[in-house]
Amino acid sequence: MKVLVPIKRVIDYNVKARVKADNSDVDLTNVKMAMNPFCEIAIEEAIRLKEAGIATEVVAVTIGAKASQEQLRTALALGADKAIHIETDEKLESLHVAKLLAKIVEQEAPELVILGKQSIDSDNNQTGQMLAALTGRGQGTFASNVDVANGTVNVTREVDGGLQTVALKLPAVVTTDLRLNEPRYASLPNIMKAKRKPLDVIAADSLGVDLTPRISVVEVHEPAKRSGGIIVDDVAQLVDLLKTQAKVI
Amino acid sequence: MKTLVIADHDNGVLKPETSKTINAALKLGFAVDVLIAGENLAPMSEEVASIAGVNGVLVADNSEYAHQLAENIADLVLSLAPEYSHLVASATTTGKNFMPRVAALLDVAQISEIIDVVDGDTFKRPIYAGNAIATVKSLDSKKVITVRASSFDLQGEQTAADITAIDAVFSSQLSSFVSVEQTESERPELTAAQVVISGGRGMQNGENFSLLHGIADKLGAAIGASRAAVDAGFVPNDMQVGQTGKIVAPNLYIAVGISGAIQHLAGMKDSKVIVAINKDPDAPIFQVADYGLVADLFDVLPELESAL
Repeated sequence: MKVLVPIKRVIDYNVKARVKADNSDVDLTNVKMAMNPFCEIAIEEAIRLKEAGIATEVVAVTIGAKASQEQLRTALALGADKAIHIETDEKLESLHVAKLLAKIVEQEAPELVILGKQSIDSDNNQTGQMLAALTGRGQGTFASNVDVANGTVNVTREVDGGLQTVALKLPAVVTTDLRLNEPRYASLPNIMKAKRKPLDVIAADSLGVDLTPRISVVEVHEPAKRSGGIIVDDVAQLVDLLKTQAKVI
Repeated sequence: MKTLVIADHDNGVLKPETSKTINAALKLGFAVDVLIAGENLAPMSEEVASIAGVNGVLVADNSEYAHQLAENIADLVLSLAPEYSHLVASATTTGKNFMPRVAALLDVAQISEIIDVVDGDTFKRPIYAGNAIATVKSLDSKKVITVRASSFDLQGEQTAADITAIDAVFSSQLSSFVSVEQTESERPELTAAQVVISGGRGMQNGENFSLLHGIADKLGAAIGASRAAVDAGFVPNDMQVGQTGKIVAPNLYIAVGISGAIQHLAGMKDSKVIVAINKDPDAPIFQVADYGLVADLFDVLPELESAL
């Protein structure tokens, strides 16, 4: 079984995004970038499926500028067998990304696509569901457990108020939630080996997808700041202020 | 121009997010119909019909919709889409699941988790864990939108609107329901509670979360957790407040043993009053707290419980 894992290069998890002075966007100049955390979980899950003898090949794919090859190399170092870079300098929307990925799904014919539920930059939570729709596949979103057997994948989903398990006919699309697994780190020998693994580059505009924007960003601004509060001395003062000043209890 | 809101419910209980999403939808400026899909919907349909501002209720009552499988709900919404200019759902795990599928099948971009409506085409939404707010304009002729319910108000009541049954049944056969494990709790839901008390890594283990129970009982509060506490396995993921967990905006939010990582702040910083209890005076949580108490949580939690 072939597993396709789409990944994204995003601002590092620990870096606080700042808005550009002209309010056109977030300023990513000289900001540390990394693989989106949910994508790391997706790669890890695919590699575990391979280690369990269920997956035979893990293909990582990303869409973005040349620099995103860095994240593909990380995926290869973690255990992906090959990588595909769909190169573009345009800032694409989830629908475009899903359409480009659908082309790769057509080419690679993976039985399972595993991707992060959300990227921590645009916070859209759309791509997996859109890809499932465009490829006519079932979807198991926000997965905390994935179990593949007999042409079916059982996905336990993190839903409001508990867990829901659904059975999807393969081929299918799964999106990862936080508790699915704990991603490993790449070892130095594997990082060296990753440099020799195949990485194909495809120009985004060669895939025949209309990439015209559907959304225009009018402006990006900082959120309203909370004014600083006070430090109280003890529990008695806290309770008193909550009653008499804030009036919330 | 007309708007369709898809109601969110859970085993016979209409979620408060539905009313707040209707509030957001009415700001678009068009008549709002509400679709409710599921099984045994009679009482909930009437409840939806009585939410102020609802023009009409469409009820798709069939076992195929019982578990809100995204594939079937998306096809159902798609069949109704030609009548509507705006399709709107709550950004709950249900809305987040089927709505992008609807958008893709309509060949429309989705605008996720709006926190404000500027006009029928233009919306505000948080990006980068809420560290920036983007004002975005949809260029598609049809709009597919999910709403961050905590940013909108509950609607009042009205004389019930008309209820129409939808007979169409969609059964994709792509997925099927296996089981559900409901978290049993007598406390209010995180996203609906007026008071939320959350524990972080400072709680040290899952058992210590019981220190929050007595306080939560006295305040009628829901109990939440930071991603760090979920990651460490102290508590289940559905308690997570943050960028990728639940977004809450209660009247009072009490953060206990939570340092205040960007991801956590994204989920609670719109709370009306924030209290932080942490022994580290430099913890970033104090920068957003209205009232900070620098102390060992194991000392002050029992004290707080008896003081309330």
